[in-house]
Amino acid sequence: MRRSANKRKMTLMQRKALMGYLFVMPFIIGFLTFFVYPLINSFIFSINRIELIEGGYRLIPILFANYYYALFVHPNFTRMLIESIQHMGQSIPSVVIFSLFAANILNQKFRGRFVARSIFFLPVILTSGIILAVERNDMLQNMVSIMADPESGIGGGLAQMGLGFRAVLMQSGLPQQLVLFVVAAIDQIYGIIVASGVQILVFLAGLQTIPPSLYEASNIEGATGWDNFWKITFPMISPLILVNTLYSVIDNFTHPDNQAMQLIRETSFIRIDYGLSATFAWIYFVAIFIILAIVMWIVSKAVFYQE
Amino acid sequence: MKVLALKFRKKPTYRVRLLRDRFSLHRIGSIVWTIVRAVIISGICFTILYPTLLRISVTFMQERDLFDFTVRYIPRNFTFDNIALVWRAMRMPESLYNTFRLSMLTSSLQLLSCTIIGYGFARFNFKGRGLLFTLVLITLVVPPQTIMIPLFLHFRFFDIFGLSSLWGGRGVNLLDSYWPFVLMSVTGLGLRNGLYIFIMRQFFRGMPKELEEAAYVDGAGLFKTFHTIMLPSAVPAMVTVFLFSFVWQWTDSFYAPLFLRDLSVLSNALSGLTERIAHLYYGHLGSLPQLSPAVGSMFNNVGSLIIIVPIIFIYVFAQRHFIQSVERAGIVG
Repeated sequence: MRRSANKRKMTLMQRKALMGYLFVMPFIIGFLTFFVYPLINSFIFSINRIELIEGGYRLIPILFANYYYALFVHPNFTRMLIESIQHMGQSIPSVVIFSLFAANILNQKFRGRFVARSIFFLPVILTSGIILAVERNDMLQNMVSIMADPESGIGGGLAQMGLGFRAVLMQSGLPQQLVLFVVAAIDQIYGIIVASGVQILVFLAGLQTIPPSLYEASNIEGATGWDNFWKITFPMISPLILVNTLYSVIDNFTHPDNQAMQLIRETSFIRIDYGLSATFAWIYFVAIFIILAIVMWIVSKAVFYQE
Repeated sequence: MKVLALKFRKKPTYRVRLLRDRFSLHRIGSIVWTIVRAVIISGICFTILYPTLLRISVTFMQERDLFDFTVRYIPRNFTFDNIALVWRAMRMPESLYNTFRLSMLTSSLQLLSCTIIGYGFARFNFKGRGLLFTLVLITLVVPPQTIMIPLFLHFRFFDIFGLSSLWGGRGVNLLDSYWPFVLMSVTGLGLRNGLYIFIMRQFFRGMPKELEEAAYVDGAGLFKTFHTIMLPSAVPAMVTVFLFSFVWQWTDSFYAPLFLRDLSVLSNALSGLTERIAHLYYGHLGSLPQLSPAVGSMFNNVGSLIIIVPIIFIYVFAQRHFIQSVERAGIVG
């Protein structure tokens, strides 16, 4: 009696596991055909020269000559690689900090909050893909910065204010690295705002899961908003900082400002050198992966999990 | 007065604090913060809206308004010519129709596949689940440029498991059709589908298990439970996924130029817009016609506006659900 009951329970579990595989099956198939297979192919391409012949292509093995070429011979690749990574290192902290700040503001109660939220999320949909790419190289859209000389009206006033602020920062005796970081962030404020849509969403959703009772208790104890932020909000939301860092890095790959990615694209479609393009892509990917692993390791040490 | 009194009766602690703090530093601080916050928020909102406002203003300008420095934002020579020109150069009704069909198709398929896969990850215990989910995240982390070329060739000479080469064929050319998008969407590997799987999984994980258990006890099967109990409650998350996937497909500048050459879609039409206009309308002037940067930029802005307008409408309709799904913490569970 008992054995059969046990047996039936096992089969139910097994059936559920089987159903689980069934639900996930599309992904497994897709992962193998549209991810693993191209990834392996891409590596094979990177150690070959590819010749297009009628009705297909032919591979000529050249081992690591492409890698050697990319790293030591190509005039721009290493520079672009380093600049792309530097740019990433600059923009990602700014984006994460800004989105945390914006999410905190949007989480407060004020009149017109719904409208403000709608507008803050607008870049997620409006400034994506081709629109962003066109906008980055667009003359009229960048006109503000061109026209911002002191004589011309509003733009000039703003620019002067910016310059003044910059001078104050420079003389403030703060560490120079920090000052440069802040100045660069101010210069790219539009890019940062536009790149933080999804991150704001994620933080905002996270902020709403923090039980209000925590704040009530700490307010009774006499804590200020500043205390609340560092002692409650920040620890509770820290896992999402990890998520958002990851997302920002991913988002950066398809960003039109990313020089390395442009080079990869150009090499394959303008110079039609598939092998070299695959090599660039692999070097870039490995570099990013290493950096990401280090960042993840550091950030995950600082993350607080409420468990 | 009565209203105020009622309000105070409800929250006596607030009233006490208010009396004590009426002229205190705390209160002044909070007023200052309200003002600062309003300034910051309106500043950011303006920064976000500025490019769109500029686009609208440029769209109705004539060329000479661009070079006239006394004209700012409000066109002096109001015209619809730009729209008409760009409309033709982008092969408009056709591109719009193609893009709409493509976006509708991929986002519906992605919604379907990501919901199913996300549910599989959220609610079933099977061997290797953790590993598989890590793989989902890895598909996100690997830059799509790494697999761009093999993918391109994969669909250029498409051939499942070498079947057609058995008969001496070299595979089917699936480029310039919707098939690459369909196949990748169905298998949850389309543009940023890992993110959608993640969102759906988090949402399903956040839903109470008792719901399903009750359904099982009542004798509903797995699929029935899924589509009668789970799906209706997942609507906010699904709207979010659908919105993302539709819009990102609409403006996609990665897969669309990779897979589509002759089949005209909006994003490709916009990226080649200035060359096309130069070729079509100024071609008789010289062998290598080029638009002046300002004029080219004007047309680009008109084209961007044309692409954006439908998305804005969709956003306005979906936004309530979208923000609701944020407010109910659907995205991070």
